[in-house]
Amino acid sequence: MASESVSPVTMAPPRRAALGPVAWLRENLFSSWGNTLLTAIGLLIAYKAAAAILEWGILNATFTGEDGSACSREGAGACWPYIAAKFGQFMYGRYPSDERWRVDLVYALALAGLVPLMIPRVPGKLWNAVYVFGVFPVLAFFLLTGGAFGLAPVDTSLWGGLLVTLVVATVGIAGSLPIGILLALGRRSKMPIVRWVSIGFIEFVRGVPLITVLFMASVMLPLFLPPGMSFDKLLRALIGVALFAAAYMAENIRGGLQAIPRGQFEAAEALGLSYSKRMGLVILPQALKLVIPGIVNTFIGLFKDTSLVLIIGLFDLLGIVQLNNTDQKWFSPTTAMTGYVFAGFVFWMFCFFMSRYSQMLERRLATGHERGPLRGG
Amino acid sequence: MAVATSTRGAARSAPRASFFYRPEVRQAIYQIVTVLALAVLFYILVTNTAANLRKQNIASGFDFIHRTSGFDVSQTLIAYDNSMTYGRAFLVGLLNTLLVAAIGIVLATVLGFVVGIARLSSNWLVAKLAAIYVEVIRNVPLLLQLFFWYFAVLKSLPGPRQSHPVPGGGFLNVRGLYLPAPVPEPGFDLVLLAGLAGIAGSILLYLASRRRQRLTGHRLPVLWGTLALAVAMPLAVFLLLGQPLAFDYPELKGFNFQGGMVLQPEFIALLVGLAIYTASFIAEIVRAGILGVSKGQKEAARALGLSNGQMLRLVVIPQAMRIIIPPLTSQFLNLTKNSSLGVAIAYPDLVSVWAGTVLNQTGQAVEVILITMGVYLSLSLLTSAFMNWFNRRMALVER
Repeated sequence: MASESVSPVTMAPPRRAALGPVAWLRENLFSSWGNTLLTAIGLLIAYKAAAAILEWGILNATFTGEDGSACSREGAGACWPYIAAKFGQFMYGRYPSDERWRVDLVYALALAGLVPLMIPRVPGKLWNAVYVFGVFPVLAFFLLTGGAFGLAPVDTSLWGGLLVTLVVATVGIAGSLPIGILLALGRRSKMPIVRWVSIGFIEFVRGVPLITVLFMASVMLPLFLPPGMSFDKLLRALIGVALFAAAYMAENIRGGLQAIPRGQFEAAEALGLSYSKRMGLVILPQALKLVIPGIVNTFIGLFKDTSLVLIIGLFDLLGIVQLNNTDQKWFSPTTAMTGYVFAGFVFWMFCFFMSRYSQMLERRLATGHERGPLRGG
Repeated sequence: MAVATSTRGAARSAPRASFFYRPEVRQAIYQIVTVLALAVLFYILVTNTAANLRKQNIASGFDFIHRTSGFDVSQTLIAYDNSMTYGRAFLVGLLNTLLVAAIGIVLATVLGFVVGIARLSSNWLVAKLAAIYVEVIRNVPLLLQLFFWYFAVLKSLPGPRQSHPVPGGGFLNVRGLYLPAPVPEPGFDLVLLAGLAGIAGSILLYLASRRRQRLTGHRLPVLWGTLALAVAMPLAVFLLLGQPLAFDYPELKGFNFQGGMVLQPEFIALLVGLAIYTASFIAEIVRAGILGVSKGQKEAARALGLSNGQMLRLVVIPQAMRIIIPPLTSQFLNLTKNSSLGVAIAYPDLVSVWAGTVLNQTGQAVEVILITMGVYLSLSLLTSAFMNWFNRRMALVER
């Protein structure tokens, strides 16, 4: 305190070269000769890709036209009028035009339920869940199939496009959830027969490709039924998809069950709860919360896999695009490419959004069950 | 002893729960019910199937395997024509599946490791490009990508007369990729022999180097030794013998190419599609594996004075591989199962030849589907058996 002469130490300002965009560039792109070379190669690839996409999608693309001849120029890019003309089919298949409002209404009802359910801050999750899992499926069923409340019946063979993709994926995942829970509990059961049956089913289904399961559902299921009885092709595919997804779902849920500390099981037992109450009130609510990201990832996989139903003769989004690509009226060298790019973009949007959502959930739900990265000794 | 007796006594004196409430009785009942339900279900399925098959006049059994197939397959690895049996056609399809899966696994692994490491690059542009690749490819259905490669790319190539030349004397057109076929001449066996000897020599060198390091702490120049033995030696033999390898170049004769060898567009599309799609998943696994090695390990390696290469080779990669390999095997399995999508672009794989053509011709749905599932199931069980063995070997032995 006595010596007043000491001048306060001030930090020298950083050297110019350590700040600003130039420094960022030097740091991230040109830090060494090897890095500069990589940057050059990367720039070349990025430029080539961007130029190709721009030329194909916009500069050389066709925007108006009545049929394929408009897109048949030399070096023509995307054939966008083809998408515009077929948009209704891509979305609804051969669903009658006058009835398409019903599909839109189902989408609107689904959004009205899902959006508040997916945003963590919105209150009233219980009633929201009752609506999404209890009320909405019934409404959607009657709206889509018709035949009641004065709605004209629409045969499932007329359904197609994005509608079938969404129906197969959502019904598949909704159906797989209860079966998956039972299988996961069965696999952890103390009863040997129940355990072996569950393990057998799970490992069998996970060991074979979805195509063979769908083949089985479409070729063998009719053989399994009493002679003379048959049912809808879409329903057959739904059963196949739900059973297939159930095996993956079971493994997801088993992971969640294993993450629940042993003390929770013991505490529930100590309270004198029965098995169903122990699981339903104590274990499953915690386990299912843990595996929500895994369920979303299974859903993404299932959503992409729905495109396989075209192999057994259903027209999902990819199936209907594939069908229309061979339409003589729209024949041109770029029709097929345009159709695939459109379908790919739609699939990509759904999957990308869902994977981002699942990552968000993973961060949010990391409530301390797992230890995470090592913190010190 | 006394304690045990007293507990037993207490249990006896406690009020007995009703017979049906005892856990072991309940478990027995549940299991009997499960078995009965499965037996009834199985019985119904079998009787229904038998009735249906009788109505369609299809004799069940595996006799059809010995019947003449009467159809051709566009790509065969073993001798096959339409006068051979359904059993032979099954083998052709199985080999085609294994071929595309094996090559696809190699390509996907190489591409996946490159992209995964690129995502961790300190170069911003390279990391972003790799991230875009992963996010785009992973989120689009594989079947759509196969259609894209097959119908939109390969099937819209020009005909043989306007083929795109490929560097090295090959041609790419709508009928496939024509490549020069290597034709070994007398003496080429010696080159192969030199190559094998070189590989054996490098393995011995590696073992010797390991022993020397244990004894003295010094290593032998393994890298240079391997290059000299396994690359330079066969090359020298090859040149000394006057290059005993000729190439049969494809030539345009009339409307088509003659000579060389051809890769069918179906094969190329399936291979490219599978490799690119699976690589995007492998890239994420590799990235997670490398990120999973804790920073302290790298710092410890530095503190020990290891060089950059030694740190990667001796510390980071062995630990990263322990994280990477289990999910990597399941990606290999996925790729093998996904190769069944070749049926949609007419690649003659197991599903297409066997569960497609043979099933349609014979109508033996049950047998054919069961065999198909059995093949994939055994492949995946073999893989997971290998994986379990590998995991046990690699597992950290902790105190």
